Amino acid sequence: MALKMVKGSIDRMFDKNLQDLVRGIRNHKEDEAKYISQCIDEIKQELKQDNIAVKANAVCKLTYLQMLGYDISWAAFNIIEVMSASKFTFKRIGYLAASQCFHEGTDVIMLTTNQIRKDLSSPNQYDTGVALTGLSCFVTPDLARDLANDIMTLMSHTKPYIRKKAVLIMYKVFLKYPESLRPAFPRLKEKLEDPDPGVQSAAVNVICELARRNPKNYLSLAPLFFKLMTSSTNNWVLIKIIKLFGALTPLEPRLGKKLIEPLTNLIHSTSAMSLLYECVNTVIAVLISLSSGMPNHSASIQLCVQKLRILIEDSDQNLKYLGLLAMSKILKTHPKSVQSHKDLILQCLDDKDESIRLRALDLLYGMVSKKNLMEIVKKLMIHVDKAEGTTYRDELLTKIIDICSQSNYQYITNFEWYISILVELTRLEGTRHGHLIAAQMLDVAIRVKAIRKFAVSQMAMLLDNAHLIASNTQRNGICEVLYAAAWICGEFSEHLEEANQTLEAMLRPKVTTLPGHIQAVYVQNMVKLYASILQQKERSGEKEGAQEITQLMIERLPQFVQSADLEVQERASCILQLIKYIQKLQIKEVPVAEEVIALFAGELNPVAPKAQKKVPVPEGLDLDAWINEPPSDSESEDEKPKTIFHDEEQRHSRHRQPEIDEEELARRREARKQEQANNPFYIKSSPSPQKRYQDTPGVEHIPVVQIDLSVPLKVPGMPMSDQYVKLEEERRHKQKLEKDKKKKKQKKEKRGKHHRHNSLHTESEEDIAPAHHVDIITEEMPENALPSDEDDKDPNDPYKALDIDLDKPLADSEKLPVQRHRNVETLKSPDSEAPLVEKKSKKPKKKEKKHKEKEREKGKKKEKEKKVVEEEEEKKVILQDLHYFRSCFSESPMISPPLNLQTYDIQGNLQNDSQVTVSVIFENKSTSFLKSMELNVLDSLNTKMLRPEGSSVHDGIPVPFQLPPGISNEAQFVFTLQSIVMAQKLKGTLSFIVKNDEGSTHEKLDFKLHFSCASYLITTPCYSDAFAKLLESGDLHMSSIKVDGISISFQHLLAKICFHHHFSVVERVDSCASMYSRSIQGHHVCLLVKKGENSVSIDGKCNDSTLLSNLLDEMKETLSKC
Amino acid sequence: MINAILVFNNHGKPRLVRFYQHLAEEVQQQIIRETFHLVLKRDDHICNFLECGSLFGGSDYKLIYRHYATLYFVFCVDSSESELGILDLIQVFVETLDKCFENVCELDLIFHMDKVHHILQEVVIGGMVLETNMNEIVAQVEAQSKLEKAEGGLSAAPSRAVSAVKNINLPEIPRNINIGDINIKVPNLSQFM
Repeated sequence: MALKMVKGSIDRMFDKNLQDLVRGIRNHKEDEAKYISQCIDEIKQELKQDNIAVKANAVCKLTYLQMLGYDISWAAFNIIEVMSASKFTFKRIGYLAASQCFHEGTDVIMLTTNQIRKDLSSPNQYDTGVALTGLSCFVTPDLARDLANDIMTLMSHTKPYIRKKAVLIMYKVFLKYPESLRPAFPRLKEKLEDPDPGVQSAAVNVICELARRNPKNYLSLAPLFFKLMTSSTNNWVLIKIIKLFGALTPLEPRLGKKLIEPLTNLIHSTSAMSLLYECVNTVIAVLISLSSGMPNHSASIQLCVQKLRILIEDSDQNLKYLGLLAMSKILKTHPKSVQSHKDLILQCLDDKDESIRLRALDLLYGMVSKKNLMEIVKKLMIHVDKAEGTTYRDELLTKIIDICSQSNYQYITNFEWYISILVELTRLEGTRHGHLIAAQMLDVAIRVKAIRKFAVSQMAMLLDNAHLIASNTQRNGICEVLYAAAWICGEFSEHLEEANQTLEAMLRPKVTTLPGHIQAVYVQNMVKLYASILQQKERSGEKEGAQEITQLMIERLPQFVQSADLEVQERASCILQLIKYIQKLQIKEVPVAEEVIALFAGELNPVAPKAQKKVPVPEGLDLDAWINEPPSDSESEDEKPKTIFHDEEQRHSRHRQPEIDEEELARRREARKQEQANNPFYIKSSPSPQKRYQDTPGVEHIPVVQIDLSVPLKVPGMPMSDQYVKLEEERRHKQKLEKDKKKKKQKKEKRGKHHRHNSLHTESEEDIAPAHHVDIITEEMPENALPSDEDDKDPNDPYKALDIDLDKPLADSEKLPVQRHRNVETLKSPDSEAPLVEKKSKKPKKKEKKHKEKEREKGKKKEKEKKVVEEEEEKKVILQDLHYFRSCFSESPMISPPLNLQTYDIQGNLQNDSQVTVSVIFENKSTSFLKSMELNVLDSLNTKMLRPEGSSVHDGIPVPFQLPPGISNEAQFVFTLQSIVMAQKLKGTLSFIVKNDEGSTHEKLDFKLHFSCASYLITTPCYSDAFAKLLESGDLHMSSIKVDGISISFQHLLAKICFHHHFSVVERVDSCASMYSRSIQGHHVCLLVKKGENSVSIDGKCNDSTLLSNLLDEMKETLSKC
Repeated sequence: MINAILVFNNHGKPRLVRFYQHLAEEVQQQIIRETFHLVLKRDDHICNFLECGSLFGGSDYKLIYRHYATLYFVFCVDSSESELGILDLIQVFVETLDKCFENVCELDLIFHMDKVHHILQEVVIGGMVLETNMNEIVAQVEAQSKLEKAEGGLSAAPSRAVSAVKNINLPEIPRNINIGDINIKVPNLSQFM
């Protein structure tokens, strides 16, 4: 005791370490939570100290508490502190904690960027390793963007330890920052042939992950992987590659053909089960992709099935499981080869391992045929009885139903048998799948007309024995079948033999203990029953009988009127009144039955589940168009971007719906009725279903009388479906005998001509004729249904973004952003611009020389005119640089006849906040040679052309190339700007020498350079939450415009704004979108674009009101051209 | 991809929790509990794969586990991983632990969770398998431990004295108690490596 006290006081004096914490928690089993909260308080104290060792110790303990389920995100900042410690020991603790609790929502995570960069470039490989490991867990899109280049560099690190980590982490970077995939891919590919096997394995791993999501982009790597597969000895790598091939083969069947041989060799040679299994899997995938067109691959199938059989027979449960799993894949395309192993699979149903039993069940699903369905289901029914635990039993139940109902009851030859199976299944205790059985009963009864009579008799039996089903007090779903039973008996009451008895069963007081929705069906269907009994009695003239039954209804219905369930109560009281009215009429001896039965006239046909979706949209109906004026923003609180622009409300005057008068309502009602009459989905009255039923051919054959097995049903527990199996066997036997007789006859007749038939004739699928003609009503579809519905892909799939073409050459613009210091960049940029221009000039010069020579050879040609033409090349803009912007030369007048100036297109490159690079494409459209071009611009106070040092403002800048006829080239000029809030126009002159055989002339071309405000904007993506924050910040000015007469689609309109004005769409809701862009000087520009019927309103918010109004003016101009 | 690695004992107490996707702590604990109940029901002679439904938020995932003495090692993986491969990887991980801790037992995992994490990080990072060669893994772990020792460890000189005080005469400290025998036989490993 004393010791403990001493220890306690020491503990308070000195910090606990992780081991002490664990020990403490173990010693405080009774009040663990209290003890831990004490510890957290201590940790908080420790985190406040300056000593980094103390902090690291505290963070280490927090990591442990996180494992126990305690939120430690409050310590995120302290974790970063520990991460930035100089000692490896502490750093590792920090990164571990970060990897456990940091995620995209951690706000301080942005503080780590520089620390991580520093660690990545640390001379100590373990610092780098720890940073990479941590990063792999908490990389965010921002971190990925900022660090992609650093990690890519590490992929070529001297230490393989770092290389392999870097390679793996690139996958995480790709996921968060898909733009990095193309620039990094060549290096990743290189790593496939890295001398270190670990790095190689990592690269294979990453590419396999990528290819699994978007296989078609990686087909070109197949030869490389093929080489690796045949050369590598690392099983781990082999497995990955073989799995990858499994994903690639469906896209390229030729690859599959090539693979078969090496894979078969591997299957024969390898001793590693894991590799063998994957090989078999991929061979299966190959065979599936090759489909049936390749008959000579049956050997491969046999090999696979044979190997899988070995796996399934193995004593190792894991192999057994996987064998069954792979078997189910073969089953889809080659059911025959699997079916021969039915014995093995049925055997697996007895396995003690539930997962193996479930797998075997899956296989059975695909193995049934008309011939063996009854047998298999019989086996399953035995298992149902034996099964322990409801989950497995429920699984069996669903499987039985699945197996029987698959592909539209294809394999069921005898529906009476199926109904009896369903009825038997209702005896399962405590199953959750009552509704499933009920749905099947309804489906079969509705769709198989021939079975209705039998179904009704069975359902009547169920209703009669309802107490057995409903008596189970434990919450069970099986009473759902009463729902189906009541409905079937009511709807097809004409088939009911003892309707009175059934009606009485439905009116029993016990019924009121059933769930409300079942009672409601009871109430509704007892009226149907009542109606048919009434009709029967009236026809046979039993007036008293009719009155008795009415009296019975009136006596019993009140128990439902008292129901607590609204639906039941409402239906019951309605019906009670109806029947009271009928009673009055009956007393007056008025025949009523026909009228009552008319209440339920008509037949219900099943409607396909997708029918509604497939109704084609009538011409001229635009489902996206507003029917009324869209609701004003203030009403929709949840749509954030809308609420920001307040004055919107005033613009949209709310239209009130005009009052609808009674006449109008009546007219509409009439129209609706008319419409319903023409609508295939509404039940129309049609000739009595009974009549149709009797017309059905083959109905006479139904042995209803013989097998109306009311006796066995009344004894619950007796499996009566077996009788059907026997009956069916007998029937088949008879059929066979008959056929054989016929055949014999034929044989006798043909004996002279033919040799003996194969006596080993086995009963094939086709030989089994269904017991009776089964008329499965197909589901109804709208008349002009659209052919198929496209598979909706999940738009939020993170891997979709990685669907990138990797074979396209890499553009400069795709280079990964490299972090540089801002000030350095500013100083250097003028210089860095210059070589760029020079570089470009070199090539044309060579060309030009060639041309010169050519010219001399050909002799001097006449010079006519020259044009400097620019082309609108959208692609170019997109490809070249994210930061390019476009500006336009304003059209300048024709200056001199030989010079025809048509269009200009300038591409400006933004490097920093006060500079703009204008790219000009010069095209010589004349037949003369142009040289000594010099471009000069008259500087304004605000915008100046950047000239080489020492030159005056009047000096032009020489264009660094010459232009032979028909050649175009690009030159870049840098301009400095002070303010960007206004559009600028600069006058300029291009002077050049035209050289032809008549000599040289000096020419000039005047132009105007127009810098629109939009050209200062950089397309910058923005997240909606950041966008909302920005708008809420309140330091933005706002302004708006409205343009009428817009006819183009909203999508097109947004594209225009994005393209011409460098905006990006933040969020789009119907015909309303928020957009964002940023100027080179960091102004935020936010737009809310709304499309009305044929007008567009744009509300803008920006740090600078002048810039905003200018931008909006420009936009107005663009839009008015639409 | 590996989605999560969980180690818990026969009573469901977590000993190592490593999720490769972010989940709130309550959700993590819920998953651990449910996984434990799934695994507990299964006796040792049935297969080591287990469909986990939507437990991890996707039908693609399955659980692959091994049971050693008092501990369950559970890996949750998607379809890109080879089932048998992962089983072997668990074996490699456990053997590595055995080497690094010298006859590993549950107590080692209890008191040195951080170290277990560091070892795991040399096997799997970000849900992807980094290294399957045990010697290589052990070499990297030892190199880092050496570095840690050179720096004086987490508890530098002064606190080492304190823990010396703390350990005096406290017999209940179960430093050297071995619960269960975690010595593993290596049945299939040779096939794989």
